[in-house]
Amino acid sequence: MTKATVATCSLAGCFGCHMSLLDIDEKLLDLLQLVEFDRSPINDIKHISRPVDVGLVEGGVCNAENVHVLQEFRRMCKVLVAVGECANTGGVPSMRNGVSLKRCLEQSFIRGLGIEGAQIPDDPELPLLLNRVRPLHHIVKVDYFLPGCPPSADAFWRFLTELLAGRDPALPRELIRFD
Amino acid sequence: MLSRVAAPLETATHPEALRRVVIEPVSRVEGHGKVTLLLDDEGHVRQARLHIAEFRGFETFIQGRPYREVPVLVQRLCGICPVSHHLAAAKAIDVLVGARTLTPTAEKLRRLLHLGQTLQSHALHFFHLASPDLLFGYDSDVASRNIIGVIQAHPTIALQGVKLRKYGQEVIRILSGKRVHGVLAIPGGVNRSLSRDDGESLKKDIDQVVAWSQGAVKTARDLYLADLEKNAAFGSFRSNFVSLIARDGSLELYDGGLRARDHLGHEVFDHLNCDRYLRHIHEEVKSWSYMKFPFIVALGSDEGWYRVGPLARLNNADRIRTPLAESERAVFARLGEGGPVHATMAYHEARMIEMLYAAEAIRELLDDPDCYGSDLVIRGERAFEGVGVVEAPRGTLIHHYEVDETDAIVRANLIVATTNNNNAMNTAVREVAARDLDGRELTEGLLNHIEVAIRAYDPCLSCATHALGAMALDVSLEDASGLLVDRLVRDSDGRVARPGAP
Ligand code: SF4
Repeated sequence: MTKATVATCSLAGCFGCHMSLLDIDEKLLDLLQLVEFDRSPINDIKHISRPVDVGLVEGGVCNAENVHVLQEFRRMCKVLVAVGECANTGGVPSMRNGVSLKRCLEQSFIRGLGIEGAQIPDDPELPLLLNRVRPLHHIVKVDYFLPGCPPSADAFWRFLTELLAGRDPALPRELIRFD
Repeated sequence: MLSRVAAPLETATHPEALRRVVIEPVSRVEGHGKVTLLLDDEGHVRQARLHIAEFRGFETFIQGRPYREVPVLVQRLCGICPVSHHLAAAKAIDVLVGARTLTPTAEKLRRLLHLGQTLQSHALHFFHLASPDLLFGYDSDVASRNIIGVIQAHPTIALQGVKLRKYGQEVIRILSGKRVHGVLAIPGGVNRSLSRDDGESLKKDIDQVVAWSQGAVKTARDLYLADLEKNAAFGSFRSNFVSLIARDGSLELYDGGLRARDHLGHEVFDHLNCDRYLRHIHEEVKSWSYMKFPFIVALGSDEGWYRVGPLARLNNADRIRTPLAESERAVFARLGEGGPVHATMAYHEARMIEMLYAAEAIRELLDDPDCYGSDLVIRGERAFEGVGVVEAPRGTLIHHYEVDETDAIVRANLIVATTNNNNAMNTAVREVAARDLDGRELTEGLLNHIEVAIRAYDPCLSCATHALGAMALDVSLEDASGLLVDRLVRDSDGRVARPGAP
């Protein structure tokens, strides 16, 4: 049996969703019978190397780099899943949307406590920040939304095994949560 | 003088004439970072930098929120060490409600939670993230240089790692309701006690967890000693060290004062009241990273930067309170030949010794009647400013809040563990670039050497901070149907315009 391929990434997220995926514990070994990982922060594949079956994206979109990575995922993934609150809505990082970016930057790098060499970092190597943090579906088409901050390990397991078995991966009530 | 042969590589004199090589994203670490190398025609490295491209703006958007929300919100900065942020914030908030000394039950349950996290985070880092480099070699095949490769080649080791992490996560789940982003701490205490049933279920596996942790120390040590000369030199340099320390000089992760020692092991400050951190630690801003560069004020920014985390804590501790970890510490300390241990790669063994300490300390606490008590919360005299410091798995974590009469946050300052290691990680990157990469053809494997050095520090880059650069750039956001949602254009002078935004 050829294995399904899965790619994962974290945009403006906290890696908690990835941690929750690893929280399937020993079932990780069973998962590896079913899937092969392409690009993911748990390996050293830096760009998706071929079209893959499932893309799991954690985190919202806060800068230009996030936009590029998300577009790469949409292009290469048959099924794209917005994983967790941040990918679904922007999450906690989108709390900055109520404040101007300039004020956020000045607070951190100029007016902050104990700062020396006050300046706003502006090197070309730093990706351009968007003025608002956005959920994935503002930018690309999303096929499934997995809610929760983070979605539980059981939710990941159920979702993936159902999807890979070719069934509708709808979650039962008890696996859906929003905290 | 701290030895840093590669210090001049921070900034090249004529960057425009050089070839750029980028490692992006740095993988098998938490968060988003990249490394840029600038090389001349002969392949000599002229500049090497680790950039942090994250900026969350937490310190600003938290303003105006009621302080009770902070310990819940702030843990969303990091999904690997949410408990550290939860507890550092909670400790600062304790001060606001006049609860500097908690009830024994509350303090011990918070400690238990923190130990659970130290265990799971250290296991995750060593087994899931770093072990592929150590087991297979830094430039081994990229296809198997990951936890899946380890599961296939060394199933026993990998499975122990998975189960050690699971145990730590279960301690967290039982105490806080969820494995990631649960809640235990509330202002002045905790929201629940440990039930006897839960205590018994955790006790069932703890002896095994202690034994596996001992095995992990041995694995880390054997791997280090297998090529002592190389490991001692790889990405190595001398530095100062900062950590919390217990009153009696023993290893401390949850409370205590701050200790700083210089590269010879001499005291810079000791048992410093954490409330006064700002007088002793400042942060320098550099244009090329959103992560600031902290340093000890008395020593200045050039000589005063320091390392934090497992290596710093073991160097700073006079002893460890639990017997098994203490005997391993004594063996480890010999690597320093009378002074601190400076090797970057020694972080791994230090981390595993701390994991053993966490396992032993959990075992003790599960037998402590206080953990099953019912006196959970206290309150005292209201204050308007509070500082909370803990040792997160990756190092010293500082939260500082000021509130007004309506309980709203008016000012927040965070110095996270990875930021404390910023200068150290950049130094390690430059050392590896200068010694291992200079003048050679840069293969994937060779570039991984840089990442191996960064990984040793177990950085948590999303904990650190995102802004605007100065290169010409045009970003368009389209929705699923191809409709333009937003467009930003930045010209080469850094002016940003938003033509045709909705
Ligand atoms: S949804 Fe929650 S757990 Fe997932 S990345 Fe966002 S904050 Fe972290």
